[in-house]
Amino acid sequence: MGVEGIGAKVLRKEDRRFITGQGRYTDDMSVPGMKYAAFVRSPHAHAKITSIDASAAREMPGFIEFLDGQQLKADGIGNIICGWAVTSKDGSPMKMGAYPALADGIVRYVGQPIGIVIAETQAQARDAAEGVMIEYEELPVVVNGPDAMKAGAPQLHPEAENNICFDWELGDADATAKAFENPAKVIKLDIVNNRLSPNPIEPRAALGHYNSAEDHYTCYTTSQNPHVARLVMSAFYNVAPEHKLRVIAPDVGGGFGAKIYIYPEEIVCLWASKRTHVPVKWTSDRTEAFLTDAHGRDHVSDVEMALDANNKILGLRVNTVANLGAYMSLFSSATPTYLYATLLSGQYNIPAIYANVKGVYTNTAPVDAYRGAGRPEATYVIERTMETAARELGMSPAEFRRINFIREFPHQTPVIMNYDTGDFEATMEAAMKTADVAGFEGRRQEAKSRGKLRGLGMSCYIEACGIAPSKAVGSLGAGVGLWESAEVRVNPVGTIEILTGSHSHGQGHETTFAQVVSQRFGVPVDNVQIVHGDTDKVQFGMGTYGSRSGAVGCSAISKALDKVEAKAKKIGAHLLEADEGDIVIENGEVKVAGTDKKLAWHEVCLGAYTGHNLPDGMEPGLKEGAFYDPQNFTFPAGCYICEVEVDPDTGVTEIVQFVAADDFGNIINPMIVEGQVHGGLAQGIGQALLEGVNYDETGQLVTASYMDYAMPRAWDLPMFKVETLVTPCTTNPLGLKGCGEAGAIGSPPAVMNAITDAIGNNDLTMPATPEKVWNAINAVN
Amino acid sequence: MSQVSMTVNGRKVSGECEDRTLLVHFLRDNLHLTGTHVGCDTSQCGACVVHLDGKAIKSCTMLAVQASGSDVTTIEGIANGQDLNPVQTAFKEHHGLQCGFCTPGMIMTITDMINRHGSDLDEETVREELDGNICRCTGYHNIVKAALDAASKMGTPQQVAAE
Amino acid sequence: MYETSYQRPTSIDEAVKLLGDSDGEGKLMSGGMTLIPTMKARLAMPTSLIDLRHVAELKGISFENGRLKIGGGTTHAEIKADATVKQHAPTLSYLAGLIGDPAVRHMGTIGGSVANHDPAADYPAALLAMGATIHTNTREVVADDFFTGMFETALEENEIVTAVSFEPPQAAGWEKFRNPASRYAMAGVFVAKRADGSVGVGVTGAGNAGVFRWKEAESALGSNFDGSALDGLSLSANDMMGDMHGSAGYRANLVKVVTKRAVASAKR
Repeated sequence: MGVEGIGAKVLRKEDRRFITGQGRYTDDMSVPGMKYAAFVRSPHAHAKITSIDASAAREMPGFIEFLDGQQLKADGIGNIICGWAVTSKDGSPMKMGAYPALADGIVRYVGQPIGIVIAETQAQARDAAEGVMIEYEELPVVVNGPDAMKAGAPQLHPEAENNICFDWELGDADATAKAFENPAKVIKLDIVNNRLSPNPIEPRAALGHYNSAEDHYTCYTTSQNPHVARLVMSAFYNVAPEHKLRVIAPDVGGGFGAKIYIYPEEIVCLWASKRTHVPVKWTSDRTEAFLTDAHGRDHVSDVEMALDANNKILGLRVNTVANLGAYMSLFSSATPTYLYATLLSGQYNIPAIYANVKGVYTNTAPVDAYRGAGRPEATYVIERTMETAARELGMSPAEFRRINFIREFPHQTPVIMNYDTGDFEATMEAAMKTADVAGFEGRRQEAKSRGKLRGLGMSCYIEACGIAPSKAVGSLGAGVGLWESAEVRVNPVGTIEILTGSHSHGQGHETTFAQVVSQRFGVPVDNVQIVHGDTDKVQFGMGTYGSRSGAVGCSAISKALDKVEAKAKKIGAHLLEADEGDIVIENGEVKVAGTDKKLAWHEVCLGAYTGHNLPDGMEPGLKEGAFYDPQNFTFPAGCYICEVEVDPDTGVTEIVQFVAADDFGNIINPMIVEGQVHGGLAQGIGQALLEGVNYDETGQLVTASYMDYAMPRAWDLPMFKVETLVTPCTTNPLGLKGCGEAGAIGSPPAVMNAITDAIGNNDLTMPATPEKVWNAINAVN
Repeated sequence: MSQVSMTVNGRKVSGECEDRTLLVHFLRDNLHLTGTHVGCDTSQCGACVVHLDGKAIKSCTMLAVQASGSDVTTIEGIANGQDLNPVQTAFKEHHGLQCGFCTPGMIMTITDMINRHGSDLDEETVREELDGNICRCTGYHNIVKAALDAASKMGTPQQVAAE
Repeated sequence: MYETSYQRPTSIDEAVKLLGDSDGEGKLMSGGMTLIPTMKARLAMPTSLIDLRHVAELKGISFENGRLKIGGGTTHAEIKADATVKQHAPTLSYLAGLIGDPAVRHMGTIGGSVANHDPAADYPAALLAMGATIHTNTREVVADDFFTGMFETALEENEIVTAVSFEPPQAAGWEKFRNPASRYAMAGVFVAKRADGSVGVGVTGAGNAGVFRWKEAESALGSNFDGSALDGLSLSANDMMGDMHGSAGYRANLVKVVTKRAVASAKR
């Protein structure tokens, strides 16, 4: 490895602009003549709109235009789509309720956009939005998933009887039933996975600009996948033809899933720009973000695990109700199904698994993928159950896991996944060593002497990244392929531009992707430029989510580099009068192996562009592209151990130690990987201790600002102890598995296992607020 | 509307704005200093922190007219030409940022912290005084490390000047 | 935020006049740390904002005739760092250093906090516990009479809090249990052993009628200034605030726990 190649701790190239205030985010963009938008939103969770009167607003200072759903419909703007068609167990397609970008007669959640006001300034737009008078006829409301399925519950969409969008299953019901026929023991658990708000600190924003002279559209937007946004806005929403639409996702201030989807606001801003002939910018405030950014999680499950007399798992049965919110978001059907139940085997040999998932509509914001997307829910189900089982058996949680670990690879689970590689015992042993599990009892006693309850919790997670292959996901209902693209442009002077379909919103691609190139040719990372986030510059690509940029995005780059390398070697061989097979490229030189014959990298590049002396028939230039479609998912896995101290007088939990031992396969930049783990852990710990979206029974969002939604702050978190072990992924060229979501996937059960261990009461839901913990302590004393 | 004049990053500036205009919007929209960000509506996230007459304040919780006559320093004004200030350097060296959106506020808050605590700054104080700055990417681990490293390089001990 | 009109007086008299001229539609603003967020949320719409930050008469900290006096325009950061406050009322200095965050402490003032009387504000608990006096441009009011209810005080129209003063307690403790989201007090207790030997216990963030004195705890601690003196006491959940962050019953427990801890931490 070179000092800047794969595996090196290279400081981030992108940092300078961010630490000097030169980052360029969507709200930083302005174009001449730009005006400002504010959305008129529903204050009701479920209501008929009986009238809309904008006459007062039209008289207000700075007012330019008000548009609503009627005009949107008249202009043929299509409804919001769901990109994954899930089929219910009876063979029927999912029941999708119509979701117009501006409400069409009925509103189904608080914050749903009804109209857009455009004015000279942002403040005037907000003033005028308040001046739009709307009359409603309120309808009954349901906010909770299981309640929505009950007889007599308010019905959201005529298509979906009992609010059930799909009733889906995975696994072998008969084989699983058999496993439960004669078990030595059955472990049962009811599990709630709390609803979360993703909360990237940069709020969503969109700047739509229609240029009538060119008949061309530009949309700056806070997106994790600008090409997907362009495709969907053109092909499904009819806002602009694809070849006349440029979508730019510039610097994006965090995504976490929330910025995958194409929301009503960017569609409407672009459409409104054409209607009003002014560029239109909208920037969400934080309350709008809480109301309308797609939420995550919100599962209610019952779990049963059957064990034999040797404490080996015989079968697992899970029934889950997944709250979809009022409408289906872009990947809302896949998240609680194929991204969830397929991971229910965890790290364990489980011969039979059956999962049933009911996706239900409620009068709440749409729910979709949030960091981890389905895998945190699966991990929480398994790892809470494993810990509970060990406690009920009187075994150490480590020993119970040890006797059930999968040890041979590849391993086919009963729920689709085929794990290519891993070493689950190794990560568990590493974590236990770092966490000094052996010394825990002593620490527990010491804590007791100070009046504190100390507990230890473990979580052995496995997740699936780089969702793939396209053919397989297509057969399961996906509306898109899940490959990635790359183009490598070598300039005549030897510097290199990488055009990638991946999008960086904090992940550090400008550095890590350059390291992949540096590794290949020995050029400094400073000579490599990563270009992304602009559909006019970069070829079609699928974007960044699901920890796919390394496993899929870098694989595409690697494939394109293969082609560049092959051509450069041909040119080098020709110039050096050597056999192509003897050429090596390293340290910025093109050499004949075993001799001192060599050319500088830039000499070969220049040669490619002068074309003065190329092999017969070779085209000039040095530029190659590749599309990479994975053969399989990748399977990061690891073990997290959390140690807590609970104050029995107040119920406050302090995380006194958190150890993470992860296997992400090969690693490009350990500094960035550690950073990804830290951030994921903070979000997982946030879910376990602090965060929870809370609607009251009328559908009003109680947690609509940071005054009520508890975000993890520096004070809430410890210094993390993070280490990595490596079993390289066997199915992609760089052996990468992905590291972006593991922290958020693996940590919630570790925290909850630790708290329940400390207080001696397993009946506790997330977030484990001080009051809940205090009540749980009092319930057993 | 009011006429507003202030010194921003050492340069005298003035402009006209509505009295309700927040300082952060004056900086971003009138002066095009877009390094100062807005991440919440409730004065809690700290993405908007700047220095007013040498002290960290939330520019989303102050009117531009209130700041008229004052000396404002933003993230754009703390490096010395091409030379980063020690907090900026520490953020880069310790990977104290990911998406970069909270970063300007973090750096301004931590610079203020070091101005008050000097090299005595410890982890507990850093975590306590980051109460008003929210980061969603880093888990704060590397931000805390960056703050402590910068303090050791920048601060003098016992530098407890009047706040 | 609705449009407003900003005014910057440099004297108390000028501020009072501007306030009078606003026909009840104007608002005094000291640090603005509560008022501006409230206006941003469009929950307040004063037609004029009268900025007290440039009124020199509201500044300053002094110790005279056995009383510590703090000008209403003094910021939390100044109270935290001031040597005179540290000498005579170190617990108040500690309290000031835990209000909000550093940026809020650089702007927010004791006068603004006292006049606003948020039910989770910190100073009112301390002032009640210490038996402080609130000075206005027209009179002096003892804390017990000043804080009349949630967001309510004895302030008349056109009256400005100019200072607070108190006789430093022999010992005092401050303990705050913070709301995990807002970081305001869910139960904040200031315990003061006053110069005359009596004990004051001021509680913020927990009561359903705002900041209050826990009189039973005061008398128990008056005869035995030790946390164990509270063992037999309890607060009624009926008097506590309940919300998604903590039920009234939980807060009743918290107040007791936090009071004990404030006593344990009490120092000169």
